[in-house]
Amino acid sequence: MAGPILEVENLSVDIPVPAGLLHPVQEVDFRVERGRTLAIVGESGCGKSLTSLALMNLLPPRARRTAGRLALDGEDLLGLSEREMSNLRGNRMSMIFQEPMTSLNPAYTVGDQLVEAERRHRRTSASQARDRATWLLEKVGMIGAQGRLRQYPHQLSGGLRQRVMIAMALMCEPDLVIADEPTTALDVTIQAQILHLLSDLQREFSTGLILITHDLGVVARLCDRVAVMYAGQIVEEGTARQIFRTPAHPYTRGLLDCIPIPGKTRRGEHLGTIAGIVPSLVGAMRGCHFADRCPHAEETCRSAPVAFRDGVETGHRYRCILAPDHGPDANGERNRANGRTNPE
Amino acid sequence: MEKAATIVSLPVLEPSPGALLRRRVFGHAGLLIGCTVLSVIILIALFAPWIAPHDPFDQVLDRKLIPPVWSESAKATWIHPLGTDHFGRDYLSRLIWGARISLVIGFSAMLISGVIGTVLGVLAGFFGGRVDMVANFLITTRLSMPVVLVAIAVVSLVGSSLTVVIWVLGLLIWDRFAVVMRSATMQVRNLDFVAAAQALGCSTSRIVFTEILPNVANHLIVVATVEMAHAILLEAALSFLGLGVQPPEPSWGLMISEAKGLMFFDGWLIVIPGTALFALVLAINLLGDGVRDVTAPDGT
Amino acid sequence: MNGPPLVEAREVSCTFTVSGGFMKRKRTLQAVNRVSLRIERGEVMALVGESGCGKTTLAKMMMGLIAPSEGSIEIDGRPLSSLDRMEVARSVQPIFQDPYSSLNPRRSIGSIVTQPLRVQRDPDPGTWKRRAQEMMELVGLPRRLFNQYPGQLSGGQRQRVAIARALVNRPRMVICDEPTSALDVSVQSQILNLMQDLRAELGLTYLLISHNLAAVEHMASRVAVMYLGRIVEEADTASLFDSPRHPYSQALLESVLTPDPTLGIPDTHLGVSYPDPLDVPPGCSFHPRCAKAMPDCAQRMPRRTELPDGAGVACHLHAGTHAARSAPPEGNRTARAQDG
Repeated sequence: MAGPILEVENLSVDIPVPAGLLHPVQEVDFRVERGRTLAIVGESGCGKSLTSLALMNLLPPRARRTAGRLALDGEDLLGLSEREMSNLRGNRMSMIFQEPMTSLNPAYTVGDQLVEAERRHRRTSASQARDRATWLLEKVGMIGAQGRLRQYPHQLSGGLRQRVMIAMALMCEPDLVIADEPTTALDVTIQAQILHLLSDLQREFSTGLILITHDLGVVARLCDRVAVMYAGQIVEEGTARQIFRTPAHPYTRGLLDCIPIPGKTRRGEHLGTIAGIVPSLVGAMRGCHFADRCPHAEETCRSAPVAFRDGVETGHRYRCILAPDHGPDANGERNRANGRTNPE
Repeated sequence: MEKAATIVSLPVLEPSPGALLRRRVFGHAGLLIGCTVLSVIILIALFAPWIAPHDPFDQVLDRKLIPPVWSESAKATWIHPLGTDHFGRDYLSRLIWGARISLVIGFSAMLISGVIGTVLGVLAGFFGGRVDMVANFLITTRLSMPVVLVAIAVVSLVGSSLTVVIWVLGLLIWDRFAVVMRSATMQVRNLDFVAAAQALGCSTSRIVFTEILPNVANHLIVVATVEMAHAILLEAALSFLGLGVQPPEPSWGLMISEAKGLMFFDGWLIVIPGTALFALVLAINLLGDGVRDVTAPDGT
Repeated sequence: MNGPPLVEAREVSCTFTVSGGFMKRKRTLQAVNRVSLRIERGEVMALVGESGCGKTTLAKMMMGLIAPSEGSIEIDGRPLSSLDRMEVARSVQPIFQDPYSSLNPRRSIGSIVTQPLRVQRDPDPGTWKRRAQEMMELVGLPRRLFNQYPGQLSGGQRQRVAIARALVNRPRMVICDEPTSALDVSVQSQILNLMQDLRAELGLTYLLISHNLAAVEHMASRVAVMYLGRIVEEADTASLFDSPRHPYSQALLESVLTPDPTLGIPDTHLGVSYPDPLDVPPGCSFHPRCAKAMPDCAQRMPRRTELPDGAGVACHLHAGTHAARSAPPEGNRTARAQDG
């Protein structure tokens, strides 16, 4: 059996800003198995979107990417020229964005864009590409796919546009699909349908999927593995079950405390909060990024970098000095009591 | 903020808008140059009676067409640093008094057109629907009229004077104000803070003056500078055609016009007012561009 | 309950005309269609539904920002049309979704929070600053922010400013339109906690408009489900979330993704046809997407049936025989060539 479809080691992104050097992504490493889903979850500014852009080499011009290893199906991506990279993009790795209206070209029909996506990379005839486009549109659940090919993006609803985006991402049977908040702009009912579709298709084509999101519900339901990012770093990584059942990092625990869960949180009672604010990522930072907001922080947390520790189960790691089973977290309870006086 | 090696995790407040603006203004070369040149010209215009070495209307016919001091001619003299024109009037004094005319016309025409265009644009953008239709019709009508031709027609009917020129230009160049204000107002109007003000019970005029106008003012300033420069150039064009300011008033456009017959013999007669016009218009445009840059949401 | 409800909508409708494009006929959009809703003092009424279902239009009518084209809205038993702007503003205040667009960037925080007092010509200008600062403290904003500008604040702080502005005049009802959906998860919980506390402290009534159903279940005492301009089901939160009656409510609740890794992505059987408010299907507007649709559903619009537990459902499946049969057949009310 082949190795992972994507391997990332020590990926960092630096952006020079007036105040110094911004480090939005720091030493991120993960791997995605064939036909599996990895979620990168975190709040705004944690570096999850820049990570995905760094993988595609689509970073803003001023940003610098460094990595120890970046390999797609065993093939090194770091040494590739921009031309070789653009041959890979849309072909062997493709991306689905949050707002389909801005990522579809309004001047071309859906059919033209789908066919173009394939014919740029492969020597197929126009009619073959059209057939595949029709077949894929049916696959993504669009009724009357033949007629849809002649429609323009503005004639479709948000849910349908997102289906077109998914079809376009799958045109060349990519090895890896990166979906950046694919359902955030959609209604819950449509969200469920789109995610259903995405996971079906991904299994069927055994594509690796990276899902970038802040929605913990989506993560829990859809993903095999989860990487939680905070302030540019992965702070915890494990299977969805490990992350949601036995979270070890105080940030993950805090985050899970923040959302009301039917049956677990009682109606009207206070939800958990995380006090403090995200640290500035300009300049070098020595210790744990979460230390200033962490109820368990000690002096050692601030003075030296915190290494990953293994969780109780294999495949579970987290960046904290605490033991994996440091007991029920006092964090949530304590913050619940004084939740209101903690404006981030 | 410059210290790169420390942990910056305290809630660092962003600088206040005022401090930010100051920092941006003093980092913008174009804006500073434009501001300086414009201020110098304004000061010269204000203090013209004291600065000008001679009376700009005073004709000394035996001293006509003295070249400026940098020419190699033996006639050049420091009594008339920029020489004299074909009536023997001191060119420097005429240039200084001419700055007054250019600024007065540019500023007044900009003010009139600004009021018309802003009112029309804000009303159209705020109320939409029928009001917008009417405003659009007016804008289209105005855009289909060639400014210079209409000005020529009006001036030849009413006769020419400083006030006529100001009003003609003011009533003709409001279109850009209206178009820009309309779209800016439409954008701001749909923001939630306008709805919040409505829900607080604010009257429409209050919303327009306290919520909309402060947020479109930066666009207004940019258009105002462009239109002021536009008006100054139009005045020069009209005066050149003999339809603007009438002789013997010292307008720069008129000076160019009067010198056109001597263009090939005494080129400096055209070059000097031409350069002054160029410097003034450039300064105003630099200022406008600068204002746009420093008030843009993330101009760095 | 004693006395009239705090806010009551009676059979309100709202239509907009939408231009169909160059040389095309104008179309009417029935944003809200004969909606009745009672909001009692002290309750948290939630309004849920997909985008374009008319939730926000209904809320705007309740604030007096849009006049209903039919029906009436009463505040405290008095028709809203007879009240002046200021009186409405003193009773009902909004909180918006996007804290980045709901605060005027050119005003200082202090000016924003005192604005309601200024607009209402509050008789005691000397106390404005103190009262604004007290309100800021109550919503968890440090006083030193008084002279800052919105651009210097984080999203959560801005939302607190918006809440302080809404509350400084002590309204009785606050309409919260997606109050947390533009915020980060950890900030969402702070704002929800704050809203709970303020409700208890100031005796507020909330109308909570949200598509975050977990937050709705957490906050609301009663929920109204809207679909294409109508309320299809209204019930107490517990009974709606335990046993939704209307097929649309069922689908809506099924699509909520609770963070439970043992469950997969639900299949809602809703079909791919997306509701278009410009083209409302005849009969029950939900029937093209409904898994339980009967032939009758395409013909007749279901009327609301009151159920014994205080819930109301507009669905033929739940219509008692007597109630449904006696109703006159009602056609699709979207008149095409109507001009507004």
